[in-house]
Amino acid sequence: MNVLIDHLGDVLGALGTTLVMFLIAGVGSIVIGVLVTVARVSPIPLLRWVAFAYVQFFINVPLLALLVLAVFALPDAGIIAPLEPTAIVVLAVYEAAYVAEAVRSGVNTVAVGQLEAARALGFNQLQSLRLIVVPQALRAVVQPIGNVMIALVMNTALAAAVGVVELTSEVNKVNLIEAQPIAIFAGAGVIYMAIALVIGLAAGWVERRVAIVR
Amino acid sequence: MNSVNAMVSLAGVNKHFGDLHVLKDVSLTVAPQEVVVIVGPSGSGKSTLCRTINRLEPIDSGDISIDGEALPVEGAALARHRADVGMVFQSFNLFAHKTILENVTLAPRKVRGVSRKDAEAEAMVLLERVGIGEKARQFPAELSGGQQQRAAIARALAMKPKVMLFDEPTSALDPEMVSEVLDVMVSLAAEGMTMIVVTHEMGFARRAADRVIFMDHGQIVEENTPSAFFDAPQSERARSFLSSVLDH
Ligand SMILES: Nc1ncnc2c1ncn2[C@@H]1O[C@H](COP(=O)(O)OP(=O)(O)OP(=O)(O)O)[C@@H](O)[C@H]1O
Ligand SMILES: [Mg+2]
Repeated sequence: MNVLIDHLGDVLGALGTTLVMFLIAGVGSIVIGVLVTVARVSPIPLLRWVAFAYVQFFINVPLLALLVLAVFALPDAGIIAPLEPTAIVVLAVYEAAYVAEAVRSGVNTVAVGQLEAARALGFNQLQSLRLIVVPQALRAVVQPIGNVMIALVMNTALAAAVGVVELTSEVNKVNLIEAQPIAIFAGAGVIYMAIALVIGLAAGWVERRVAIVR
Repeated sequence: MNSVNAMVSLAGVNKHFGDLHVLKDVSLTVAPQEVVVIVGPSGSGKSTLCRTINRLEPIDSGDISIDGEALPVEGAALARHRADVGMVFQSFNLFAHKTILENVTLAPRKVRGVSRKDAEAEAMVLLERVGIGEKARQFPAELSGGQQQRAAIARALAMKPKVMLFDEPTSALDPEMVSEVLDVMVSLAAEGMTMIVVTHEMGFARRAADRVIFMDHGQIVEENTPSAFFDAPQSERARSFLSSVLDH
């Protein structure tokens, strides 16, 4: 740990980058994931198909391949974007597929009878989804979404491979200077574990607050 | 009865589930303020009939109209129509993530555009009326079955419906809770609500119904006043149905 403290400023800056990537990609993935789920259970066949294809695509393509593609192939196609935002977008759309899978399992916990009641009261499809289905589905999958968020934190490290200076790439640099791999990478590991722990605790706290009395 | 003045009118309604012909040329007219009780053996099509009236089940042929207006096929017009038809289910179907008060105010606010303040004031009146005012801030799962069903009735009434449909509203309840729900329904009938009620509660039918309809195999076999029907059923099928129900 000592070596890392010698480079505290740089390490903290890189940790900040990791956290910013996580927070933006995390919120983005939840928003996109919910929208994909809504499309997936919508009455419009084309939307359902697109959402299904979205989830299948991102679950079956490695994240690293997507990052490499976005960072090195998009500029070739004339789309030039700064490195870090590009990585954030890729992380968000990728993780959204996993969020969508989690939320969909929550949709199945909403009793069909409640949907019929909503229709009988005059709600349209979108209102039923927004007011009845999504809120209950999300409440049922707080822990699974927490797990997706923990995976997202770990996945931010892959951004190092395409040149983003986040925690993993920074400690790697420190190691090049100090040559104490065990202390340095163990220290980085502890930091990732601490973040995961906080997310897990936060998910537990949220779950207790929003759980539906049954 | 003149169908122009009818609150609910079904004419020549047919409905299939696959090969199963569930409603066979059903015609029924319900006058404003009339209370009609539907009885019949399991699988005879009572629920399906009820559900066609707000198009929770689409029909294959025939005409259905509410208060002189034909039932729209889909879209916003259908949603508007459904808002005018209250429905109470056997399994309550309250929104589990909403308080009782929110359950009652949600549709008036989101479908009718009533302000939260007005919706809550009206909801409290309804909840008091069905006797669960003190449960307003609780969640459905914290209420007994009878209380949940009364909340569901209040939720439907909050839309100021022209007609109320009840599909076996007491058959999921413990026996000691049946009467608290039936009492609410009887008082609703007494206030002039048009009601179509699927139930085997003969006590309710005798107290509140203007007419009893007996269904079997997707057809209306017999209809009569409650006392005439229960005391002297005309058809063999109704007689055997009633004796099997009474034997219980
Ligand atoms: N969604 C459905 N798909 C296929 N068949 C159905 C469906 N709903 C009902 N049925 C069938 O249609 C017939 C009529 O059902 P319905 O629920 O209207 O009967 P019911 O008179 O309400 O019976 P119960 O007293 O048991 O509630 C039954 O044979 C039933 O199995
Ligand atoms: Mg039924």
